[in-house]
Amino acid sequence: MKNKFVKWLSLPYAVWSIAFIIIPLLMVFYFGFTDKTGKPTLANIMSISLPVHFKSLLIALLLSLISTIICLLLSYPLAMILSSMNKDNNKLMILIFVLPMWMNFLLRTLAWQTLLENEGVINTILRSLHLPALKIINTPYAIVFGMIYNFLPFMVLPIYNVLCKIDKNLLNAARDLGANEVQTFFKVTLPLSVPGIISGITMVFVPALTTFVISDLLGGSKILLIGNVIEQEFTLNSNWNLGSGLSIVLMLFIVISMIITAVFDKDGEGSAL
Amino acid sequence: MANVLKKIYIALIFIFLYAPMAVLIVLSFNSSKSRSKWGGFTFKWYAKLLSDSSIMEALITTLSLALLSALIATFIGTIAAIAMTGMKKSTRTLMMGITNIPMLNAEIVTGISLMLLFIFFNVKFGFTTILLAHISFNIPYVILSVLPRIKQLNPSAYEAAMDLGASPFKAFFKVVFPDILPGVFSGMLMAFTMSIDDFIITHFTKGAGVDTLSTKIYSQVRKGIDPKMYALSSVIFITVLALLILINLLPGSGKKTKKEKH
Amino acid sequence: MSNKLITLENISKSYDNHLVLDEMNLYIRENEFVTLLGPSGCGKTTTLRILGGFETPDTGRVIFDGKDITKLPAYKRQLNTVFQKYALFTHMNIAENIAFGLKIKNKSKAYIDDKIKYALKLVNLEGYENRMPDSLSGGQQQRIAIARAIVNEPKVLLLDEPLGALDLKLRQDMQYELIRLKNELGITFIYVTHDQEEALTMSDTIVVMNQGYIQQIGTPEMIYNEPENAFVADFIGDSNIIDSIMIRDELVEILGVKFACVDKGFGENVHVDVVIRPEDVELVKPEDGTITGEVTHIIFKGVHYEMEVMANGYEWLVHSTKMYPVGEKVGIKVDPFNIQIMNKPESEDEEAVQVEE
Repeated sequence: MKNKFVKWLSLPYAVWSIAFIIIPLLMVFYFGFTDKTGKPTLANIMSISLPVHFKSLLIALLLSLISTIICLLLSYPLAMILSSMNKDNNKLMILIFVLPMWMNFLLRTLAWQTLLENEGVINTILRSLHLPALKIINTPYAIVFGMIYNFLPFMVLPIYNVLCKIDKNLLNAARDLGANEVQTFFKVTLPLSVPGIISGITMVFVPALTTFVISDLLGGSKILLIGNVIEQEFTLNSNWNLGSGLSIVLMLFIVISMIITAVFDKDGEGSAL
Repeated sequence: MANVLKKIYIALIFIFLYAPMAVLIVLSFNSSKSRSKWGGFTFKWYAKLLSDSSIMEALITTLSLALLSALIATFIGTIAAIAMTGMKKSTRTLMMGITNIPMLNAEIVTGISLMLLFIFFNVKFGFTTILLAHISFNIPYVILSVLPRIKQLNPSAYEAAMDLGASPFKAFFKVVFPDILPGVFSGMLMAFTMSIDDFIITHFTKGAGVDTLSTKIYSQVRKGIDPKMYALSSVIFITVLALLILINLLPGSGKKTKKEKH
Repeated sequence: MSNKLITLENISKSYDNHLVLDEMNLYIRENEFVTLLGPSGCGKTTTLRILGGFETPDTGRVIFDGKDITKLPAYKRQLNTVFQKYALFTHMNIAENIAFGLKIKNKSKAYIDDKIKYALKLVNLEGYENRMPDSLSGGQQQRIAIARAIVNEPKVLLLDEPLGALDLKLRQDMQYELIRLKNELGITFIYVTHDQEEALTMSDTIVVMNQGYIQQIGTPEMIYNEPENAFVADFIGDSNIIDSIMIRDELVEILGVKFACVDKGFGENVHVDVVIRPEDVELVKPEDGTITGEVTHIIFKGVHYEMEVMANGYEWLVHSTKMYPVGEKVGIKVDPFNIQIMNKPESEDEEAVQVEE
């Protein structure tokens, strides 16, 4: 379909993406590198070194890293089980993972408050079993819990996709050449699923690092992540310059994780879509 | 043995994913307004739902946003995807790179960048700004869902149609379009879903006075969630569940007819 | 030949209530090139997978070197497989692919390096150690797959349609290559294919299979010249299969005309199938022929002309180096020795041998 008319069809999107993707991003840089009067400054970026900001970035990095690792550990066996099942069953299983997304994300997360509260459902059950109660609501643990809950499917799906694409004969070949189940896994399955793992890691890490909602809902507003700081600068303090400056710092981490993905996943095999 | 362990594992994850759903459905029947106390069974939140004009307004805003943004994004995204196939490789790579930005970037950054755009150009925040934002983050989903379909197309089909006397325009609608339709459709569905579920970008691009269900719930977090919200999301959840069961399980996914023997 | 290396005893296997192998019995001798030949779905690949240890049969036993290995997992068997589409590990280079099995067995580095060198030399790909599988052509990947299998010094090499993905010229080259390899290694090859020409070229023994049953076992010459039933006759090369009556020993009535033949012991006035290869049909002057007919089609095939001759209501397929134009009246003659008589299928089991399509 290489004719001149077809090329013009891209015009609306080209205009749209310049207006609503490129220019807005330039805005962030413009505001991030200027002060309220419009004078150029590095102060907004440098403010990340303020103890409050730096601490919020460190906590966000720590919590999102922990959640990403736990998500990976939970998802890999799950994706393996799912990919080993027959295809009919499979569609249903995947559906089951996507279905919760149809309940409002805020309400789903709030429901964990009810479950995790000191007098909540889980503790009531634990007590009736004479087990020690969990005191995790309004602590960083609850935030990690919420991150895992919300982003788990983003880890499962890309890993599941790569695992499904592995030629079963490769596993047969490994066994044929004398590798037992464990050796086959570490020498063949795991290395071949790296693109899915990497893609899953970015898909969990980026939203976890930048969230402000989960920490808001489950952290009891005591724990500020970098996302909360930025959100407050924009909505409460209307200090767009400072907010933009911090966002630029945040984007640095996103870009790093994107570069890592690009290096490992050259063919885009691991993408969840 | 291993099979039992696998089933237990899947069941545990399943419980983890669905426990909140169960809580919300239970809360929707809780006559106490508290999230942590059971005050007896009631249908009153469901009964009062339709007469709550502010929730209904938010619902209508949410749905019309989702519908409009999905339709417009599908239109722009589909023609963009078609156009990309006719492009030079370098141009196409650039386009795909730009398309990927909103997918990979943090939602909060997308949200504030659009907010800054509207502030900078003095656009009044309201329904229109949310709609523009939703269309923007929806287009990539449409493109990424249509593009693989176009790549699978047999290029000769289009040429064959023209060879048989169809005009380029007719050839496109008779041969190409029916083939990419499933991709267009799933792209639209995805866009619709993303728009309904969005909170973060809406949060930064909405003005005072306009609320979607998400932003309304967020504003209630401090003072306590109106239990009618639980009722409404339970209704939505059950509706979607019923629809999915209907679509996926009823046609029996076509059991293969036995091969005839001679 | 030497003694039996592998014995399959009463092997049955079904998937979803569909019987793929039915009470199969087969033995394979040491140092033999055996080909399992048949159309898709005949059970040949399932047989190979049972041998390799990737499937367990529902009933029956697999005896290898005197030991029952039916339940032995694949990684403990002294067999190696060359997979359809090669199944090379794409995340490893060629040397690592070949070393895979040896590393698992904890062989020394010097031993492994030696083996890699030896194997690459054997398959004519010296110096390819550091290449990645994706950068090789189909034929080269095929050779690496073979190298990867043979460095483990298996007693038996299983090959699952290994040439299926290659183009014609390469396929023919690889056939000679495989025969050479087998002779150099001195091990048993079990080869699965649906390509009758491949089977005839390379095998010591051909096992023709259809719908889960063995139809015939024999040398390529036996299978080609003396097919035991219509399925084998039709599957191996082109042939004229004609419904006929055995009048008595050494006399058969084909299309109402009596032909002399050499077969005996079918009884008198019995319905049989007669197989005549197209190259065995002689075209002569009408007055010299046993039957007369008229040429209806002719195609030039290079070595010979392929003609169809309508005679007594049957369209005879004829290969001849002499050309007869369409419409010409010709006589048909067949040497008694070239008329192959086969029993009609009787039982339902034998029904399976009926030609599909």
